[in-house]
Amino acid sequence: MPLSSALHARLAAEHLCAGYESRRVLNDVSLAVAEGQLTVLLGPNGSGKSTLLKTLARTLTPSAGHVYLDGKDIHHRNTREVATQLGILPQGPVAPESLSVKQLVSMGRFPHQRLWRRNAGEDAEAVREAMAFTDVTDFADQSVDTLSGGQRQRCWIAMVLAQQTDLMLLDEPTTFLDLKVQVDLLELLSRLAHERGRTLLLVLHDLNLAAAYADQLVMMRDGHIVTSGTPNEVFTDHNLKRVFELDANVILDPENSRPLCIPRTRPARNVKQPARAPAAL
Amino acid sequence: MTSLPLSTRLAHRLNTVPLERHWTVMGLLSICLMASIGLSLSLGSFPTPPGQVVHALAAPAESDIAFIVWELRLPRILLAVLVGSALAVAGAILQGIVRNPLASPDVIGITSGAAMASVIFLALLSTQLSIGWLPLAALSGALFAALLVFLFAWKGSVSPTRMVLVGIGLSAAMGAVTTLLIVISDDSAAMTAYVWLTGSLYAAQWHDVVGMLPWLVLALPLCLGHARHLDTLALGDAVAQGLGVNLLRSRLLLLACSVALAGAAVAFAGGLSFVGLMAPHMAAKLVGRQFARLAPASALIGALIVLYADLLGRVAFLPRDLPAGIFVSGIGAPCFVYLLYRTRHRRD
Repeated sequence: MPLSSALHARLAAEHLCAGYESRRVLNDVSLAVAEGQLTVLLGPNGSGKSTLLKTLARTLTPSAGHVYLDGKDIHHRNTREVATQLGILPQGPVAPESLSVKQLVSMGRFPHQRLWRRNAGEDAEAVREAMAFTDVTDFADQSVDTLSGGQRQRCWIAMVLAQQTDLMLLDEPTTFLDLKVQVDLLELLSRLAHERGRTLLLVLHDLNLAAAYADQLVMMRDGHIVTSGTPNEVFTDHNLKRVFELDANVILDPENSRPLCIPRTRPARNVKQPARAPAAL
Repeated sequence: MTSLPLSTRLAHRLNTVPLERHWTVMGLLSICLMASIGLSLSLGSFPTPPGQVVHALAAPAESDIAFIVWELRLPRILLAVLVGSALAVAGAILQGIVRNPLASPDVIGITSGAAMASVIFLALLSTQLSIGWLPLAALSGALFAALLVFLFAWKGSVSPTRMVLVGIGLSAAMGAVTTLLIVISDDSAAMTAYVWLTGSLYAAQWHDVVGMLPWLVLALPLCLGHARHLDTLALGDAVAQGLGVNLLRSRLLLLACSVALAGAAVAFAGGLSFVGLMAPHMAAKLVGRQFARLAPASALIGALIVLYADLLGRVAFLPRDLPAGIFVSGIGAPCFVYLLYRTRHRRD
């Protein structure tokens, strides 16, 4: 992606280096998150996709480079003000015991509330709408820890929605869930981008789901971005080999002509070969 | 209303229940506390019928028992209430910061810091300085311990788990110093130190109440003002930060409130352990873990626990006046074991 497009994106990273302790994970990464679209970060384990998301989310401070939100360095802005524009769902969040769904979703209103000034009507409306959109209204008063994995994840998404931010960063929102639940969640997130004009950046593990739902794919390996573009542009057997070292056939879904990968199976090693006929003398 | 699906109607109904229940619980606890204060005022080594107590309260100049009620019992009862609420709220704050229902001022070293400082004072300085300085020594010990815990747990940021581990380690070390000092000091100082360590409200006076009050007046509004911060911290660091909470600033401020409350309580009443652990947990069962509700309920329950522990110590074994700490721990230890047992089963 050309760097000049960073000027138009609300959230952009420039020459980002970041890591933990002395281990550097991100190496000179530049990225502009496409407006009103669903962008998915893909890459093998340890490629730095979660680190990039965390650095964009200001959870991690970069060792070099900058993250810009609306042209201003996000790490130097008032964190509460940022929270009114950028929502975050980290990986595997855990709700405290006996917190009800409605209480959890209401926490999303935190950045909009002050001790002396809070608009109760506006808060209630945002919470109601977020719960309706994610379809969790029916268990509003149940405790979050009694729900199934998929329902729980919808509650967390509702919390971020109640925050009413234009930008949302989600780290592996579908991991450890059944395929059907993953599909439902991705449908929900893609509706958010396309019907509500929200800008979403996700880390996903499942290649085919990413190719099916993403508007933009960003492929990472060894702490830098290898390639990015629409699934049809970058989801190729060549790139899968380059990024994941995966031998796969990429075909097009006949229904929506999205790319799909099918890993090539290797013959098992210890299969008995038919006994070779003794060489004719 | 009838056209709505059952689940929605149920939700509407359920929605109103917790709020009402919260106020009912607060009302009942307040009434209970007032009644207990009344009861506590009427009981003691010298028999005083409630009618005479009321008379002594209303018109001290005309009453024979004015001295007993006004100078002996009332300050002691008020101090019990203040100390109990302070410890309970301090515990509620810590459990929120650390995200663990087993955290309490004892666990992260505040109590043992105060204990060590007090014993140092009793063993080494009490010959030069009046005993009136003991609360100040205890309070600085608590602050010192909290500062040490924070310093050792610091690693770019402060992780709650590291804070607990460092706290437990420091507590053990300071406990060793405390024991050593008791062993080597003379008998009378050792006895005073021992009673203090158990936690006692014996001979509490008005100046103790006056010394304790400002800490509550200062710390309570401050931590209640940050109730929502504490609620977001319970969702995990990353979520809290995403919601715009300044993690370090909020933690420091709330921790300071907790240390001030627990430190002051320990300074004036000694090592009343387990109130800070038990009271918030009982309150959470009644009103939930949202801090704006949890803190007041914890305060009332903590006050009740210390009040009754002290009442038992005063009247159950007459003519002996036993330290309240014995009874607090007597109930507290089994409660702690039960908590551990339940937590283990929930995780499995």
